[in-house]
Amino acid sequence: MKVLVPVKRVLDYNIKARANADGSAVELSGLKMSMNPFDEIAVEAALRLKEAGHAAEIIAVSCGVSACQETLRTAMALGADRSILVQTDVELEPLAVAKLLRELILREQPGLVICGKQAIDDDSNQTGQMLAALLGWAQATFASRLEFTPGAARMEVTREIDGGLETLSIALPAVITTDLRLNEPRYATLPNIMKAKKKPLETLTPQDLGVDVTPRLQWLRVAEPPPRKGGVLVSDVAQLVDKLRNEVKVI
Amino acid sequence: MTQILVIAEHDNLHLKAATRHVLSAAQAVGGPIHVLIAGFGCQPVVASASQLPGVGQVLHCEEASLAQGGAENLAQLVASLAAEYTHILAPATAFGKNWTPRLAALLDVAQISDIIRVDGPDTFTRPIYAGSLWATLRSSDPIKVVTVRPSAFEAVPETGGAAPVLQRPGVSDSKLSHRTQLTLTQSARPELEAARVVVSGGRGLGSAENYQALLEPLADKLNAALGASRAAVDSGYVPNDYQVGQTGKIVAPDLYLAIGISGAIQHLAGMKSSRVIVAINKDPDAPIFGVADYGLVGDLHTLVPALTAAL
Ligand SMILES: Cc1cc2nc3c(=O)[nH]c(=O)nc-3n(C[C@H](O)[C@H](O)[C@H](O)COP(=O)(O)OP(=O)(O)OC[C@H]3O[C@@H](n4cnc5c(N)ncnc54)[C@H](O)[C@@H]3O)c2cc1C
Repeated sequence: MKVLVPVKRVLDYNIKARANADGSAVELSGLKMSMNPFDEIAVEAALRLKEAGHAAEIIAVSCGVSACQETLRTAMALGADRSILVQTDVELEPLAVAKLLRELILREQPGLVICGKQAIDDDSNQTGQMLAALLGWAQATFASRLEFTPGAARMEVTREIDGGLETLSIALPAVITTDLRLNEPRYATLPNIMKAKKKPLETLTPQDLGVDVTPRLQWLRVAEPPPRKGGVLVSDVAQLVDKLRNEVKVI
Repeated sequence: MTQILVIAEHDNLHLKAATRHVLSAAQAVGGPIHVLIAGFGCQPVVASASQLPGVGQVLHCEEASLAQGGAENLAQLVASLAAEYTHILAPATAFGKNWTPRLAALLDVAQISDIIRVDGPDTFTRPIYAGSLWATLRSSDPIKVVTVRPSAFEAVPETGGAAPVLQRPGVSDSKLSHRTQLTLTQSARPELEAARVVVSGGRGLGSAENYQALLEPLADKLNAALGASRAAVDSGYVPNDYQVGQTGKIVAPDLYLAIGISGAIQHLAGMKSSRVIVAINKDPDAPIFGVADYGLVGDLHTLVPALTAAL
C-alpha cells in the first residue's frame, strides 16, 4: 500500500504573525517557515505504518510556491520515499488544494491519505474532509489512534470529539486527519537530511493536472484584534476575591 | 435575497446550545431561517428546535443512516437540500468541523471557517494564526458554507417561536463509516463551552492527582467547568476534551482562571475573549499575565487552597 501525506509550509509556530503595512495580507517575508505541526504528526503516522510493514511507500505532496521544496525535503528526511510539488504562486484555498490532491491520488492510487487536521496559519480545518468528498472516500478526522489490519477492507480510527472519544470503522481507501495525541513526531537526523537531498522530487503545475485554482474568497482586510486592556497584579488571595466580588462582580 | 439553513447539533435527545449561537449569527446575516434536524429518534430535538425564536421552518430528516451524525451521510443529505439556500451555517465545533468541508466540496464552493463576525451577507471576519490576526473575507460563491464560533455570538433564547415542522427524506447509508465505540467523559459539571466560570489547569499542576486535589474543590465552589492546557492533556492529567486553545475548545466565560498555565499563544487563542481572566503562576514574567485582568504571583499549591477556602 502507498500512503500519501500532504504537507504545508507555514509560518513557524513560535513566531507571532503580523499584518503587512497596508493590512491586505499577512507579512511573511524574511520569517522562519516550517512544516505545519499537524503534518509532522501525519508524516510520523505514515512512517509508523511503514515500519510496521503495512505501507510500502510514502509519498509527500506539497502545493504552493517553489520554497515548499524545503518542506518536502524535511518530509523525506523524516522518511518519506519521494515527493511531489504542485508549484504555483497563486494563494491556494483549501478547495483548490483538495482538487490538486485528488488528481495526484487518481494517478498514484494510494491506499491511505493522512493529512494534518488543520494548518496553523489559516486554521481552516478543511482540506482533508474536502479531499475525501471529492474522492467519494470515507474520512476520519481528528485521529488520536489508528488500528490497521493488513489485508482488511476497513480500518479503525479513534477520534477526539467534543465530549470525549469516538472510534470509527472506515472503508479503505480513506482520508485521515491527525490530532495532537496521535503520536510524537521524530526529528530528522543529519545523515537522513543528507540522504533526503537525493530522493526524487517531482514538480508539476495546476495546469498539468487540469485544475483551476482561482481563489473564491477575496481578502478585504487583515488586522490585529482589539487588544485586551492591561490588568493588575494583586497582592494576595483576599484582594483577588474582593476584586472578583466587588469590582467586576463575577462571583 | 438570502435564505439560510442552519444545521443543528444534537445527540438525538438534546439540542446542543451551540445551535442557538449559530442562530444569532444567522440573524445577523438576515433573511428567512430554516433549521435542519437530521438524526434518528430525534423527535425531542425537533420539538426544541421548533420553539426557537426567529425560525421560519424546521426540516426533520429521520433516518437510521443519520443516527450517529457521521460526516459522509450528513454532507450528502445537506448537499441534496442546498439548492434552496444561499447560506448554510453550522457550529465550528468538532461536530460541525467534521462534515461542513465535505459539503462545501460537494457543492464546489469555498468554506468560511469559524467566523466571529458577520460584516454583510457575503462578508465575514474570522481569526487566523491562533487569533493573532483577524481576516475579513468576501465570498463570491453562490452558496456560502460557513461555520460559526459559538462563543462569538450571543445565544438566542430557547423558546419564543413556533416554527412548523416539515418532514424531508433522509439519505441511504454510504456504508463508508460507522461508529464502533463512544467514550464520553462523564461529568456533573457545566459544559466547558457554555459555562459561566472555567477553572483551567496547566503543566504547573504537576500531576493528575494535584489537578484533581486542587482544582476540583475550587471548581465546586464556583460551579465551574474544568479546562486545561495542551501540556496538561498531553501529560495525562485530564482527558483530551478538556483542552482549551487554538486546536482545542474556544471558550469565553465571564470568569476564566488559568492556574499553572504559561499563556502560550496557542492557549490564549482559546480563552482570551473571556470577560475576566485570572492567572495564578509562580513566574511573574509568564505571558499569561499579559492578558490577565488579575494576576497572582506565587505557588499554586498554597494559593489555590487559600482561594478555595476564601470563597
Ligand atoms: C500545533 C500546536 C497546537 C497547539 N494547540 C494548543 C492548544 O489548543 N491549547 C494549548 O493550551 N496549547 C496548545 N499548544 C501548546 C502550547 O504551545 C504550549 O506548549 C502549552 O499551552 C503549554 O501548556 P502549559 O502552559 O500548561 O505549560 P508550560 O508552558 O510548561 O507552563 C507551565 C506554567 O506553570 C507555572 N508553574 C509551574 N509550577 C508552578 C507552581 N508550583 N505554582 C504556580 N505556577 C507554576 C510555570 O511558571 C509555567 O508558566 C499547541 C502547540 C502546537 C505546536
